[in-house]
Amino acid sequence: MAGTAVRGRLTWTLGTVVELADQTERVRSILLEVPGWPGHRPGQHVDVRLTAEDGYQAQRSYSIASAPGERLLELAVELLPDGEVSPYLTRELRVADRLELRGPVGGWFVWEPALGGPLLLVGGGSGIVPLVAIARHRAAVAGDAEVPARLLYSARTRADVLFAGDLERLAGSPGGLEVVGTLTRERPPGWPGRTGRVDAGLLAEVAWPAARRPLAFVCGPTGFVELVAGALAGLGLEPGRIRTERFGPTGT
Amino acid sequence: MAFVSRGFRGRRRSPAESGRLPPGQYLVDDFPVLSAGPTPFTPLDRWDFRIVGEIDQPRRWTWEQLQALPRETLAADIHCVTKWSKLDTVWEGVSVDTLLEGVETAAGYALAFSDGGYTANLPLEDLTGGKAHVVWSFGGEPLAPEHGGPARLLVPHLYLWKSAKWVRGLRLLAADEPGFWESLGYHMYGDPWREQRYAGD
Repeated sequence: MAGTAVRGRLTWTLGTVVELADQTERVRSILLEVPGWPGHRPGQHVDVRLTAEDGYQAQRSYSIASAPGERLLELAVELLPDGEVSPYLTRELRVADRLELRGPVGGWFVWEPALGGPLLLVGGGSGIVPLVAIARHRAAVAGDAEVPARLLYSARTRADVLFAGDLERLAGSPGGLEVVGTLTRERPPGWPGRTGRVDAGLLAEVAWPAARRPLAFVCGPTGFVELVAGALAGLGLEPGRIRTERFGPTGT
Repeated sequence: MAFVSRGFRGRRRSPAESGRLPPGQYLVDDFPVLSAGPTPFTPLDRWDFRIVGEIDQPRRWTWEQLQALPRETLAADIHCVTKWSKLDTVWEGVSVDTLLEGVETAAGYALAFSDGGYTANLPLEDLTGGKAHVVWSFGGEPLAPEHGGPARLLVPHLYLWKSAKWVRGLRLLAADEPGFWESLGYHMYGDPWREQRYAGD
């Protein structure tokens, strides 16, 4: 449980929306310019606060998808049909709007080159977002061959796959990220990946051998994370090297 | 002038409910799960609860011994630092006062420790006076592993990360020392009503 330098007080700051990009029908990337952003480590999240005209406020946390060195801070927000904040962020927010932020937050679900690997990234649904930040950072700084990395993601349908272009690009270079995707609700013709839910069998196939002491990052809905983290421990991975983060319909 | 998010209206709760919500929190009806690693599973015949550290005679209870102590049912509103709150949750367990009965200690602090290596620090006075319990039942059912079963600490007046899941004991300390999240930038005390989420809040 390595400690990390504790910074001074986190204060609310205003970012400006520079670009909005629909990842899928329900997930939108928000790219922000944040003057004075203190920088973040891949895997961290940020608090977002919305304020209505009468002063009513609502806060939520969102994972950061951008790597530390990128000029813009990228969040990817999933529309929750019954949500209070996500409908605003995915439907109402426009370019040039401003957004109040506080962060970065979270010091455990982060990866830095010094932590080494081999890396096993396992994401369910929008749980892939912080893993994209890790994969982007690894590609940018770590030297691909030094820290081998595999990413296993699960999506409902092909149309629900997040960051598909980025994953293709990250996988494309020699020694690049090994990507395995699985679809749980359809078997489209020509789909190069797997189908069906992530289970112990698929994890046994994809995970690095325990003897290599892989470092795993698992993010997704609770049931997904419970299953994956438990199965990885069952494969002999050290529990202390399985870091988890959970996304629910509520919660973070 | 204060910042306004263009076009944001929000969804207000009834005053009765929102009065029970600390600043920056929102209500949920389900029970989200957050933890840093895999859920540990310790068989009950190997489970125990210990009080160690600044104490003359360390104490230890097996699962059966703990269950035989006077039980209390309590209702509490719980508040997670990730912003969700849940009202009127019902738990059953044993008061930390019962566990500390007759203990002479100069300690001012405690570090709760758990299976899997998790820790959380609290002032001892936040664990006594009926403010903290070791609980093994939620909503009348055995506490599910992902929510900290077989037993977790419950200290509902602080953010829920202080209510260590899979708790196995308390280490009594003369001086405060940061636990797991506290050493990763979270607040040493964690009062939701003062919105003490992160160091410096």
